[in-house]
Amino acid sequence: MPSLKALRTRINSVKSTQKITSAMKMVAASKLRRAQQQAEAARPYAERMDRMLRALAASVTDSPTAPPLLVGTGKDQTHLLIPVTADRGLAGAFNSNIGRATRNLARRLEAEGKTVKILTVGRKGRDYLRRELASRLVGEVSFAGKRKLEFTDAADIAARVTAMLAAGEIDVATIVYNRFQSVISQIVTEQQIIPAPPPPEGETVDLGGAVYEFEPDEETILARLLPQALGIQVYRALLESSAGEHGARMTAMDNATRNAGDMIKRLSLNYNRARQANITKELIEIISGAEAV
Amino acid sequence: MAVALEIVSPEKLLLSRPVDMVVIPASEGDIGVLEGHSPMIVMLRGGTIDLYEADKVIDRLFVSSGFAEITPERCTVLANQALPLDEVKKAEAEKLLAEAEAAYEAADKKDPAVEEEAMDRVQSARAMVEVAS
Repeated sequence: MPSLKALRTRINSVKSTQKITSAMKMVAASKLRRAQQQAEAARPYAERMDRMLRALAASVTDSPTAPPLLVGTGKDQTHLLIPVTADRGLAGAFNSNIGRATRNLARRLEAEGKTVKILTVGRKGRDYLRRELASRLVGEVSFAGKRKLEFTDAADIAARVTAMLAAGEIDVATIVYNRFQSVISQIVTEQQIIPAPPPPEGETVDLGGAVYEFEPDEETILARLLPQALGIQVYRALLESSAGEHGARMTAMDNATRNAGDMIKRLSLNYNRARQANITKELIEIISGAEAV
Repeated sequence: MAVALEIVSPEKLLLSRPVDMVVIPASEGDIGVLEGHSPMIVMLRGGTIDLYEADKVIDRLFVSSGFAEITPERCTVLANQALPLDEVKKAEAEKLLAEAEAAYEAADKKDPAVEEEAMDRVQSARAMVEVAS
């Protein structure tokens, strides 16, 4: 039986842990709301961009000079994986899910004889993959200390990927991120971003019976629009992942707070039992002392 | 008799309202859009978007660059950055211009695509300085 003092210290320590976890839960909840709003606000642009891109792609894909961002390099030898993780931990399995998915994907591609390169976004993913697949890492991006994700952050990543593609270093790029479904569920999603995925089957571009005019010509617009569209895809992934991160942390911290509560209850019970036992023992000593006189 | 105008930036939907006419700064000259315009997709240069209602300008916004989709019923502007005119600050615009010019100097002039993009940035910054109050 641990001493009364030891139990008291233990209870106090669990109590302060509980305070921290419940504070973290509150913070995560408010950050989650903001992240969700941000993701929501970014949706209109992405939708309109998508519509425009399809109208353009429909008129260009057949030409032999179609840009590699749209149709790829014609090979699929070198794959670039972009795992998106958080910069901080304490979010349950949020980060390790991405790490594991990336590792499995990399192994699978390598088993098929492909070359894999990895560009990590977020510190946790970098740390995880540095242990497992260090030789494949080609770069890292981290937003540690940044308060709000901006489009330019995503555009920078997109520019790096585009440069790698232009230099012939990669053929296919896939982004791996946690898609926010609900506070308790984030879905690991692998999304191919280069070449641009074809529109879903059965969905045709609705031009309203009219054909667009372009100014300047299709190729010039497309050459500008594609990097922008890539940036948007990355941006969406980042926003989803950020909402997912806060959701995951909220759930994790909620569990932690509850566990700490259970633990405090158990320890207090032990503490009170020990205290009573002590009192009883002392009483017995006094009574048997008095009887002996 | 109205065009449904929408101005969106990557971060959010900035404006969505019907207007009688809107003038957008397309890459090869301003385009006035009225209802029933033929469908077009255009690239934007830096400049101002003017919103007209009953032959009067009711609002003006600065856009740095972007794209616009025009259909007979609507006009959708995808702007990289859009600001109401009175929020464009001269000092900021001049700083951007200096940056853009430096980037242009440093840009690889052999690649026409790169050069053109740097050039567009300079022009967009110049337009911003011009409209800044």
